[in-house]
Amino acid sequence: MIRFDNVSKSYPGSSGGLREVSLHILPGEMVFLTGHSGAGKSTLLKLVGLLERSSRGQVWVNKHNLTRLKPADVPLLRREVGMIFQDHRLLVDRTVFDNVALPLVVAGLGHQEIRRRVQAALDKVSLLKKARVLPVTLSGGEQQRVGIARAIVSKPPVVLADEPTGNLDPELSHEIMQLFQEFNQVGVTLLIATHDLALVESMQKRILTLEQGRLLRDSRSSEST
Amino acid sequence: MKARKRQQGFNRRLRPATWLARHAQVLFSSLGRLWQRPLGSLMTLLVLGIAIALPLGLHLLVNNLQQLVSQWDSGASISVFLKENTDEKTVKTLVRTLQTEQTIRDIRHVSPQQAMEEFRQHSDFASALELLDDNPLPHVLLIYPRDAKIPAKKLQVFLQKLENHPEVELALADLQWVERFQGITHIIQRAALVLAVLLSLAVLLIIGNTIRLEIQGRRDEIEIIKLVGGSNAFIRRPFLYEGFWYGLFSSLIAMVLIFLSALALQNPVSHLASLYQSDFQLSGLAITTTLGVIGSSVLLGILGAWIAVHQHLGDMEPD
Ligand SMILES: Nc1ncnc2c1ncn2[C@@H]1O[C@H](COP(=O)(O)OP(=O)(O)OP(=O)(O)O)[C@@H](O)[C@H]1O
Ligand SMILES: [Mg+2]
Repeated sequence: MIRFDNVSKSYPGSSGGLREVSLHILPGEMVFLTGHSGAGKSTLLKLVGLLERSSRGQVWVNKHNLTRLKPADVPLLRREVGMIFQDHRLLVDRTVFDNVALPLVVAGLGHQEIRRRVQAALDKVSLLKKARVLPVTLSGGEQQRVGIARAIVSKPPVVLADEPTGNLDPELSHEIMQLFQEFNQVGVTLLIATHDLALVESMQKRILTLEQGRLLRDSRSSEST
Repeated sequence: MKARKRQQGFNRRLRPATWLARHAQVLFSSLGRLWQRPLGSLMTLLVLGIAIALPLGLHLLVNNLQQLVSQWDSGASISVFLKENTDEKTVKTLVRTLQTEQTIRDIRHVSPQQAMEEFRQHSDFASALELLDDNPLPHVLLIYPRDAKIPAKKLQVFLQKLENHPEVELALADLQWVERFQGITHIIQRAALVLAVLLSLAVLLIIGNTIRLEIQGRRDEIEIIKLVGGSNAFIRRPFLYEGFWYGLFSSLIAMVLIFLSALALQNPVSHLASLYQSDFQLSGLAITTTLGVIGSSVLLGILGAWIAVHQHLGDMEPD
C-alpha cells in the first residue's frame, strides 16, 4: 500500500520536485509512472523508499507514516521496499551471490536461510549459474536481473523500479516486464517509473502520468469516471 | 482510509545466536580487510607501535633506575661522628642503646686507632700523620638502616634523632645525590606521562584518520548497504572492529619493540653492573602494565574508529 496526501517536494535552489500529489496504490497493484524527463518520477519513488523526505503532505507506505518515521526506523522501512535502479547499484567487488544476499545479511538472517533464498531469487531471474562471478563480467541485462533478484530476495511487499529497462533492447525489456508480472501475481505491489510509453501501453496496467511535478493523469480514475 | 491510522511497528528482533555469529563473522572479516593491503596496514601498525613504545620504554627506564637506586641504598650507611674526648665506655653504651632501635640493622664502630690505621694504609699523608702527637680522629659509628630504601624526608628525621644524642657531634648520609637522583627519575617519570598522553592522542588521530580513509574508500558500498536497509550499527561494526585490531596489533608491536630494545641493552647493563659488584638485571614490564597498555590501545583504537564513523556516516545517504 502506497498513499500520498497532498505531497510536495522541493529541492533547494531548484524549481523541480513534486507539487501537491495525492495518490493511492492498493496492495498487489502493478502501476506505471510516466512523464517527460524532469517530471518528478524519480522524486516520487525516492519519497516512497525514503531516499528523500517530503517537504509537505504525508506519505504512507505499508501502514507506516513516513513523515513521522524515526531515523532509527528508516533502515527497517527500506527492508520492506525493494528498489531497482537503471544503474543497478551493485557492489563491484562482491559476487553476484553476495550482492543478492546483502538485504538478507543486513536483516540478520542465518546462513542456511540466506543460501536458500538467494538461490531461489537467482533461479527466478535465471542467473543461478552466474552466482559466483563478479557483476562486471555480466551484460547490462544480466546486471539488471541481479539488481532485480536483490530487490525481491527478502520478499518485500513493495518493489520500486526506476527506469529498469532504460538501457535494454525491446526483447530484454519485455523479459523484465514478464518477471515483474510474475512477482505481481504473487501479491507484490509494484511501482515502475519509465518513459518507454510503448512498453507501458502493452502491459495494460494502471498508469500515473506526471508533468512538472504534478499528477496529470491517473488511468484508473479516468476509466472509472 | 483515515490518515490517522495507527502506525504498525517493525520487527527488529534478532536471535542471540545469530547476533553472536554475526559479530564473530565481522570480527574476522575486518581482520581480512587489514590483510587485504598488508604493506599499508603494516606501516600504520609500525608507526602506532613506535608511538606506544616510546612512553612505555621511558616508564620502563624509570622503573629500572629506581630499582638500581634501591639496591645501592641498602648498602649505604650513615656515618655518626662522636664528640671529641668521648671515652670508650660511653661509646659502648651508646652502641648498645642504638642497637635496641628497630630501624637499625647493624652498627660498626670505628675507633680513632682503627681510623688512623686505615688512613695510614690509604693515604699519602701517612708520614705527615706520624708527626702528630695526639690522634685527632673521633670515634665513628657506621649505621646500617634496616629499610632497604628510605625516603629522603624520613632519612632527615632519622639523622636528626641521631644528632639528639649528647655524644653525637654529626650524623651524615650521602643524601644529596639520592635526592638529585630521585629528582631526575621524577622528571623522567613525568616526561613519560606527558609523552604517553600526547602519543595516545596521536594514536587516536592516526587510527581515526586511517578509518576515515577506509570509510571514504567504501562510500559506494556504504550507500548501497543503506539502500537495502542496513542500519548504522551494521555499517559501523566492521570499522569499530578494524579499530580494535589496529589497537591490539599496535600494542603487541610496541611490546616486541620494547623487548628487542631491552635485549640490546641487557649485556652492556650487566657488564656495567658487574663493575660495581652488583648483580643488577634489567627488569621487564609487569603483567598488569602489559595488560593495561594492550587494553588502553584497544580502547583508543575503537574510540578513534567510533569518532571517524560518527563524523562521516551521516553524510553518506543514498540518492
Ligand atoms: N537532488 C536534487 N537537487 C535539486 N534538484 C533536483 C534533485 N533531484 C531532482 N531535482 C529536480 O527535480 C525535478 C524532477 O527530477 P526527477 O529526477 O524526479 O525527474 P524524472 O521524472 O525522474 O526525470 P528522468 O526521466 O530524466 O529521470 C527535475 O527538474 C530536477 O532538476
Ligand atoms: Mg528519473
